[in-house]
Amino acid sequence: MAEEPGVVNPAVRVRGLTRLYGTRTVLDGIDLDMARGEFIALLGHSGSGKSTLLRALTGLDHDTSGHGELRVPDRRAVVFQDARLLPWKRVAANVTLGMRDTDARRRGQQALDEVGLSAHARAWPGRLSGGEQQRAALARALIRNPELLLADEPFGALDALTRLQMHALLRTLHARHRPAILMVTHDVDEAVLLADRVLLLDRGRITLDRTIGMPSPRDPATPAFADHRTAFLTALGISPQDRQQNTSGTKN
Amino acid sequence: MPPTAPDNALAERAHQRRTARRYPGRRRPTSRPPQARHGLRLGPKPRLPFAGAVGTLLLLGVWALASATGTLSPRTLAPPWTVPGTFWHLWTREGLAQHVAASLRLALASLAIGVAAGLVLALLSGLSRVGDALIDGPVQVNRSIPWYVLVPVAISALGIGDTMKTTMIALGVYLPVYLNTHAALRRIDARYVELAESLGLSRWTFVRAVVLPGALPGFFLGLRLATTSSWLALVIIEQINATRGLGYLMNQAQSYGQDDVVIVLVVLYTLLGLISDFLLRALERRALSWQRSLGS
Ligand SMILES: Nc1ncnc2c1ncn2[C@@H]1O[C@H](COP(=O)(O)OP(=O)(O)OP(=O)(O)O)[C@@H](O)[C@H]1O
Ligand SMILES: [Mg+2]
Repeated sequence: MAEEPGVVNPAVRVRGLTRLYGTRTVLDGIDLDMARGEFIALLGHSGSGKSTLLRALTGLDHDTSGHGELRVPDRRAVVFQDARLLPWKRVAANVTLGMRDTDARRRGQQALDEVGLSAHARAWPGRLSGGEQQRAALARALIRNPELLLADEPFGALDALTRLQMHALLRTLHARHRPAILMVTHDVDEAVLLADRVLLLDRGRITLDRTIGMPSPRDPATPAFADHRTAFLTALGISPQDRQQNTSGTKN
Repeated sequence: MPPTAPDNALAERAHQRRTARRYPGRRRPTSRPPQARHGLRLGPKPRLPFAGAVGTLLLLGVWALASATGTLSPRTLAPPWTVPGTFWHLWTREGLAQHVAASLRLALASLAIGVAAGLVLALLSGLSRVGDALIDGPVQVNRSIPWYVLVPVAISALGIGDTMKTTMIALGVYLPVYLNTHAALRRIDARYVELAESLGLSRWTFVRAVVLPGALPGFFLGLRLATTSSWLALVIIEQINATRGLGYLMNQAQSYGQDDVVIVLVVLYTLLGLISDFLLRALERRALSWQRSLGS
């Protein structure tokens, strides 16, 4: 059989991935290649199967059936929408949870430094603000040196201002550590602002796949940005009139 | 639709009407702008000083007053001021200290055995499916047997000695520990399970870092209920064929109609209960210090 087109030595390779809940097909033949260090954002309506795809890549989908080829790196890390820190462990212990290396403590401190939380290493997670908790969750993911970082609406629960700071932090961390990132988001602007490539998932199929190709940091006011935004909003079924009423994009 | 200017004006006038109704015959108070008016504070307010003791002292006062005026005959209830004298008499003449020590030994030994049994059974049935199949059913049956009807069974099986007494108290103790710990182990948050899987935690690390700390509040709840049951069981069990201990004194006092001794013994049981509860609370606060960070 002939070699299929795709990235050479990709970080993630998915072919014909199907997932069903009971008899309901949620993912319907997904093909996806992710290059090493590539940042992909995944857009799609609620219920389109974004979380299901992410869970399949994480290996957390015990309750689904299906088939397809799925090749992912061993070193994976997940960031959830809620920071999901264990309330009975201090921040530093949360970051190094389950790590057995001898220098886990030092590396934990280093990871907290990177996300600007070194002062809170000894705090209980319940004392942190929402943004700080999510930064601790980022540190917990990064310390594992992931080749693939999976994030399901990681900033969905944050206020707009905190979200902007988190965007900058995520860009910095991605530039420094170069993991492949697959980030689910509802926010078209967030997707176009951060990702190298943006995918649209519609009823279990990838229906739009655009490489953004603009230098970072990006300016949402540029025509190229507006072009990508329009393409995705149109594909999502948002008409130009709908957009008129909410000029700042999809941010609430 | 955003509120427009005429809407705002309407709202303002409506507000003025309401305010006029609330302060009839008076101008609206001018010292505060209307939007700073304080609402009714509905959350809990700080406790009054010595709130825990006020009601108790009041009741003691009523008791003393009723005894002093003769409303309460000493034959119904001995007056409170007999307590120190009777206590002193029991301590110096009747070897009260040994009796207290005997009761404490019995209670603490049974408590330790019962708590250990409840905890081990809860862990076995909460963490393994085989354990669950073997253990949970019988315990649920045991739960629906009133504890007191087991006393004659225990006496015919184990006699009337310390073995029976320890067993019966432990039986009253293990149940709340088991039920609350088991429920807490089963209630573990599915989100934390997902997190543990995504971090690739080993089974043992998962149990140690996620399951057990998550179940600790449930265990402490069970422990406090268990301690209360242990004192209750002690009072009942101790009076069976007693030769020493507070139960023995209680038997004696009842037979000879020594009401003042009965009161002293009630006070002693109360103190034991209060002290153990205080110690457990302190332990729980230390062990669960993270809970205060959740604003509970
Ligand atoms: N555990 C489950 N059991 C049965 N059906 C499920 C389960 N989880 C998800 N589904 C169904 O699968 C479909 C896709 O769900 P998924 O969570 O992947 O959507 P999503 O794109 O992440 O949506 P959202 O943007 O709202 O998070 C939905 O229709 C949902 O009802
Ligand atoms: Mg989702």
